[in-house]
This record gives sequence, C-alpha cells and structure tokens, in this order.
Amino acid sequence: MATTTAIDLTNQTKPKKLFLQIAHEWITTVDHKKLGIMYIVYALFFLVVAGAMAVLMRIQLAVPHNHFVSPQVFNRLFTMHGTTMVFFVGMPVLLGFGNYLVPLMIGARDMAFPRLNAFSFWISAFAGILFYYSYIGGDGLYGAGSAPDVGWFAYAPLTAKVFSPGHSTDYWTFAVLLSGIGSTGTGINLIATILSMRCKGMTLSRLPLLPWLFLVVSCLILVTISPLTAAQIMLTLDRYLGAHFFDSQAGGSAILWMHFFWIFGHPEVYVLVMPAFAFVNEIIPVFSRKAMFGYSAMVAATVAIGFISLSVWAHHMFTVGLGAEGNLFFTISTMIISIPTGIKIFNWIATMWGGKIIFKSPMLFCTGFLFQFLIAGLTGIMLSASPFDWQLGNSYFVVAHFHYVLVGAIIFALFGAFYYWYPKITGRMLNETLAKWHFWLFVIGFHLTFDFMHVPGLLGMPRRIYTYEPGRGWEIWNLIVGAGAIFQSIATLIFVGNMIWSYYRGKVAGPDPWDAWTLEWSTSSPPPDYNFAIEPSVSSRRPLWDLKHPEDVDTDYE
Amino acid sequence: MALAIWALPAFHAHWLARSLAVVADPFSPTNIFDAAATPAHLIRGNADFVLGLTLAIFLVVGGLMLWVVVRYRSRPTDDNTEPIQIYGSNQIELSWTVIPILLVFMLFLTTARVIFATESIPKPSNALDVTVIGHQFWWEYRYPSLGIVTANELHIPVSDPEHPTPVYLTMSSADTDHSYWVPRLAGKMDLIPNRVNVMWMDPTTPGLYLGQCAQYCGTQHAKMLLRVYADSPADFQAWVKQQQAPSAASATLTPEQLAGKSVFEHNACMNCHTIAGTGAKGLFGPDLTHMASRATLASGAFDNTPENLKQWIDEPDSFKPGALMPPMHLNEKDLNAVTAYLTTLK
Repeated sequence: MATTTAIDLTNQTKPKKLFLQIAHEWITTVDHKKLGIMYIVYALFFLVVAGAMAVLMRIQLAVPHNHFVSPQVFNRLFTMHGTTMVFFVGMPVLLGFGNYLVPLMIGARDMAFPRLNAFSFWISAFAGILFYYSYIGGDGLYGAGSAPDVGWFAYAPLTAKVFSPGHSTDYWTFAVLLSGIGSTGTGINLIATILSMRCKGMTLSRLPLLPWLFLVVSCLILVTISPLTAAQIMLTLDRYLGAHFFDSQAGGSAILWMHFFWIFGHPEVYVLVMPAFAFVNEIIPVFSRKAMFGYSAMVAATVAIGFISLSVWAHHMFTVGLGAEGNLFFTISTMIISIPTGIKIFNWIATMWGGKIIFKSPMLFCTGFLFQFLIAGLTGIMLSASPFDWQLGNSYFVVAHFHYVLVGAIIFALFGAFYYWYPKITGRMLNETLAKWHFWLFVIGFHLTFDFMHVPGLLGMPRRIYTYEPGRGWEIWNLIVGAGAIFQSIATLIFVGNMIWSYYRGKVAGPDPWDAWTLEWSTSSPPPDYNFAIEPSVSSRRPLWDLKHPEDVDTDYE
Repeated sequence: MALAIWALPAFHAHWLARSLAVVADPFSPTNIFDAAATPAHLIRGNADFVLGLTLAIFLVVGGLMLWVVVRYRSRPTDDNTEPIQIYGSNQIELSWTVIPILLVFMLFLTTARVIFATESIPKPSNALDVTVIGHQFWWEYRYPSLGIVTANELHIPVSDPEHPTPVYLTMSSADTDHSYWVPRLAGKMDLIPNRVNVMWMDPTTPGLYLGQCAQYCGTQHAKMLLRVYADSPADFQAWVKQQQAPSAASATLTPEQLAGKSVFEHNACMNCHTIAGTGAKGLFGPDLTHMASRATLASGAFDNTPENLKQWIDEPDSFKPGALMPPMHLNEKDLNAVTAYLTTLK
C-alpha cells in the first residue's frame, strides 16, 4: 500500500546483543526515540513513587486525629509528592513524548541538537536522583535524614535558614534548578527542530497540531523556567551568602518569592496541559474519522493561551493583600484565558460532530479528558473570581481543582497517548481488555477521589494539614476520597502490567494500526534509527489521508 | 428569551447553593455558604452568581459532549466509508468566541463590584481595631484602644445591623506566612512578615466561629486553629473588664500556687511568656496573664483543663508534636505547683 513508502523493506534482522552492549547503547545514545523512551520510563517510575505517597497521605487523612504518620513525615510527603509530580513526572513524560513524536511527525531523522538532547535527559535524571537522595542526605527542620518539607511552592520565609536548618531545602532547590536546565535544553531543541527540520512541503500552516503545541510549550519553558532558576539562586544566596532577597527577618520580601515562583508556576500549568491538548488533537480526529475542525483557530488559541498565561500568575496570590486594583487585574486576565480554552473545547466537539467515533482505549481516555477538562475549567472560573477565591484559595477545593486538571485532564490524555502511540514505540498493541479495565476503574477512582474532594474545601478544610478536627463535617468526604485512591492504584497497576505483558505478548501492530494520517504512521513500528528510509514530502496537514484517498485530497480544501 | 437566559443561572445558583447548604449545615461549623457577617455574605453573593453561570455552561457544553458521544458513535451497521470531512466554519467559530467574551465581561463586572465592596469601603470611625500577629503555631491578639493582649481566642462585639460596628484586624506575622480564615465571617487574608494586611468582619449573631490557619507555616500548621467569639455588647464589656483587671494577686494564692509562681519565674517559662504584674515578660509565646479564662490551649488544640494543662507543660509533643514550646522536665511536685498557679490566671 502506498502508505508504507517510507519503509525500507530490505532484510532487517540484527544479531542478538549482550546485556552490556544494550546498556552501552542506551546510555550513550543520542537518538531522539531512545531518549524519549528513557524520559517516559523514568517518569513512570516516579509516577508510581509519588502516587504511593499520595496513598499514604490519604490513609493518614481517612479519619480525624489519625496517627498513621507524624506531622513531620506528612509534610515531607506532600512536598515530595507535589514536586515529584510536577518536575519529575509531568515534565519528563511530556517532554519524552515530544522528543519521540515531534521529529517523526515533521518527517525529520532526529532532533536538531542530538547531543544537547542527551545532556538534557541525563541532567533531568540526575536531578530526580538528587531529589530523592535528600531522604538520606538531607537534614531538615527536624534532624537527621529528612526530605524537603517546605511544600512544592516553598514559600519564603519558611525556606530561610532559621526556619529550615540543615540541607533538605537545598536538595529541593538544586533538584528543581537542575531539572529546569534539562527542560530548557529540550525547549531550545524542540524550537530549533520544529522551525528548521520540517520535511519538504511542510509549511507552518501544514504542521500537525502536536508539533505546533510543543512549539508554544517550548517557548513558554524558555520564558518561565528563567525566573524559577533565578529565584532558586537567590534563595541559595539568602541561605549561604547572607543575601536578603526573601529573608524577611532581615528586611527581605516574602511576597517577592511568590511573584517569582508563580510567574513560573502558572505558565507551568500550561506547559503541562498543552502537551495533553496536543495528544487529544491527534487522537480525536483519527478516532472520529474526521479532519480537525478549525485548525487555524486551534493554533491561534494555543498561541493566545501561551501569551495570556504569562499575565495571570498573581491569581495564586489573591489573599496576600494585593489590594482591589491588583485583584481586579488578575481576575480579568484569568477570566480571559477561558475564551481561547473554550475555543479548543468547542473545536474538539465540532471535530467529533458528524463523525463515526470509534471508542477504542485512546478515544475512551480522550472522552474522559473532555468531560473532566470542562469541569476543571469551570472550577477554574470559580477560582478566578477573586472574592470567591478568598474562601476557596488554599482549601481542599483548590486541591480538587488542580488535580482535576492534572489527573482528570493531563493524566487521562496521557493514558490516551500511551494507548495510541505504544504500538508505534514498541511495535505491539496494548491489550484492549486490560485497557478497558484500566479505563473504567480509573474513571471510578478518579471521580470518587476528586469529585468529593471539592466538598471539604467548601466546608472550610485547608490544604496541607496532617490531621483535622472531628465535628467539622469533613470525615465522610475524606473517607470517600481515600477510597477512590484504592481504585486508582489498582487501575494504574493494571496499566503498568499491561505495558509489560504487551511488550512481549501483545498483538503485532504493523506500521499503521489506527488507520491514521500523520507521518509517524508511514514508517515501521518501531521506527528504525533513521526514522524514514526516504525523506517524506507532504502537501497537506494529513499526508497519509492524501495517500489513502487520492480522489479526495486535503490539499484541495486547506 | 433574554429573561430566560438571565433567570437560568440565578435559579440554578439558588438551587445549588441550597442543596449544598442542606448537606452541610447541621454538620459543619465552617461552611463557607453559611455566611454570618457582611464580607462572607458578599462572597456568598459572588459565589452564587459564579456557580449559576458555570452550572449553565456545564449543562450546555456537557450536554453537547454527551450528545456527540452518543449520537456519533460508530455502529456495527456502519459502512466502511469515511464521514464527510469538515475543516471549519468562520461563522460558528466566531459565535463561540464572541459569546464567551460577553459572558466573561458580565462575570468580571459583577465580581469587580464585590471586590470594591469588600476592599475599598471607608473604615467607620466606631470600628474596633485589633492587631493580629501570626506565630508558629498560635495567634497573638492586641487591642490597642483597650490595652488588652491575649492569644488564640478572639473576642469581638456583635455588630448591630442598624449601626454597624465592624472589627478591623490589622495583621502581620512574627515568623513565617500564615492565613486567617474563619469561613462563616470572611474570606481569608494572609499574615506575612514585613507586611501589614487589613481585613474586617461584622458578625450580627453572637456565638463561636471556628476556622484555622490556611497557609502552610511549618510542622504544626494543622493545629493552628482559630476561635472567634462574637459577644453581645454586655458580654463583651464584661470580657474587656476582666481582661483589663490584673490576674490574682499573690496574697490570695495558696502555698502550692505560690510555689508554682516561683517555679514559673525561676525556669525558662518566663523567657517566652508574659504574665502581667510578675517578672515574666517574654514575648515569644502567648501572653498568659488571663490564660485560665480561655476555653482551649495551644491554639485550640485541646480543652483547657488542669489535667491537659499539666500534660502540655510536661510533654507538649503529646498534643502537638513539633510545637515550639520545649518540655521543661519539671519534677512531679513542681509540675503540679505550676499547673495549680496557672489555673488561677483567670
């Protein structure tokens, strides 16, 4: 069939390699696919670790005045959980998919800077190890052997030497700083790759949406990691060289840290969620059997979100006393971001409208994404109204809201991406029965946990408390929230098991198991080191559609 | 039609808020919808509007999603042809850009009104000023006009709706960031070192309003509880009188209580605590001049009974692990004596 023109059909059998040879190959590789896989596996490992921490916290909070863990241990747990999930799960898994997919989707043979790519991965990997080494090497608020316990946004002056003696905060600082260097490297690499390595015929207006979104994400990474890095260095100067940026005991400003952190922190949310949009942008059209509705509007909305996201950070600070004018500005800027986001949701619905939607596992997860992202967006609107936020901010309502974004939207889209691209990456399909079990158990667990988590927030329960008073009406909700965690854990184990089982026993996928339209499906699964035997050439956004439907090519309509 | 569009969110807001209130009321003393003072009422109004609007959006957009998922699912009877390819539509896309812009504009204006009504109204001359200082892990209250210093339990007069007498809290922190959150009275406001924030509240019904610190401030953030007593004018006057009076004079103390006073003054207790009229002038811990008049100890962590007090002095970590008060390692006799003395500080 014409779709497989990029595959080299000569004999591909390779000699069997020794373990050391394989290890050497992976450690020294500069191949974007191998690095992408290593990013993803690394992130999955930390997903399980930080997920287990969440389960420990839910056990502690299942009943009031529980003594399952001490306050010291609990404070470390939520700090490690949050930091790990953002910097050592979210970033690497999304950059890993970007690494793997972007060159394949634009018809390139590798990233623009393969060695920088390897450097970025290894420094990120080192950062994760350094972070967890703090359990052995840190010396936190409470004595020997403790991990960071200042919360994932580490508000000053709790991080000052006087309140956080020892080195646990330094481990946090340097782990985050190093992972930022890795992210910045990959950001530069993705921008260069997307701008300069597209195959023949692929103008920016024919660029698939996934690389488009990764282009915007990469620009955001460059803009937002810098203030974070600067803040980490300033904090270290405070702690060791007698600077007083944030050290309020010596005239520094606690608010300054908040500004630095959230000018990174809020765009970071979009750095994490846009790759999820990117996956959904690829999966929904293929499984609805329709072209993306409003491609140009999707690109424009993405760029608009990128810009607006840089102007909303202080909505995390509605209760610090910004004054009416400050609150007003960040209320309107935050509300405005719902407009391009709404455009995206409507375009996805319109893409499905009139289609023949095939509910295989990737699409199931994308459907979950759509509903949950809608709800996450609406609770976001509630939080954007600063007076309502004076009640909701820092309560469990906020925790529920951002987990709706991070789990309900990002993790669901990510699971969809795993089921969609696993056949390309490994050459084998994931088991569909296990996938359905995974989906439904995760949906049940997700909604048990995060729907009911909104309620204690409305009833006055603040976040980051290791225990709570009985008689406040919070008990039953916390118990239900904890029960949901069990379902999610089982579902995640099924998913991991499915990935391992299918790697050896899964149905052989072939180059194009989903009858899809973008370039990565034109080469074999898994793709050879050089990706494409001949350089592809495209004349529309869906080159494989054109090949499969020569009588009705996209070129006529775009 | 226009009327229907306006009525819909209002109706749903009412319904949603009511059902939430019904679920919550009998069980929760910290329900944000159960407003008992003007700032909380203002927020409740804002919340009702936002909830109504978002619920309406949810029903429309969620309904569309459900319809699409059900109506356009592939069926076994489908033929193998691809559906019609549609690439976009300027009119439709324009409509779902413009309508949200209008909604955002409307939402912003109603929200702005609440922001100004809470943050930009002039302070009435008859307002009572209280200075609140956050500490790891307790609250210090100072009444500059009344000459009262106390801790952890705030007493304020109820406000008569006809002649409002709001309470203005001027807030800062002695160490890390904290946040003042009594959900039934007002939204939260942070206490930040090197910075002064102001919030106000005017409860009209006497009673005890609960809350707690809402900004992670260290190990015992969880047990930095808030108790606000809104007293009737007569009760408040009586409380003020009691707090302004010196605590029990030495002449009235029993020998054991006197011994306890001596223990207090000859140990590190006095480095951190103040008891007016004695040599104890420490500022690091709560002022204990009238501590026996408080219902709870350690910032609401447990009831103020002699047994609890004794255990707290002996081993603070047994109630509040990570609290900054060190165990004093007193012998049983001294422990009993100092407990007996402290219970006289009415």
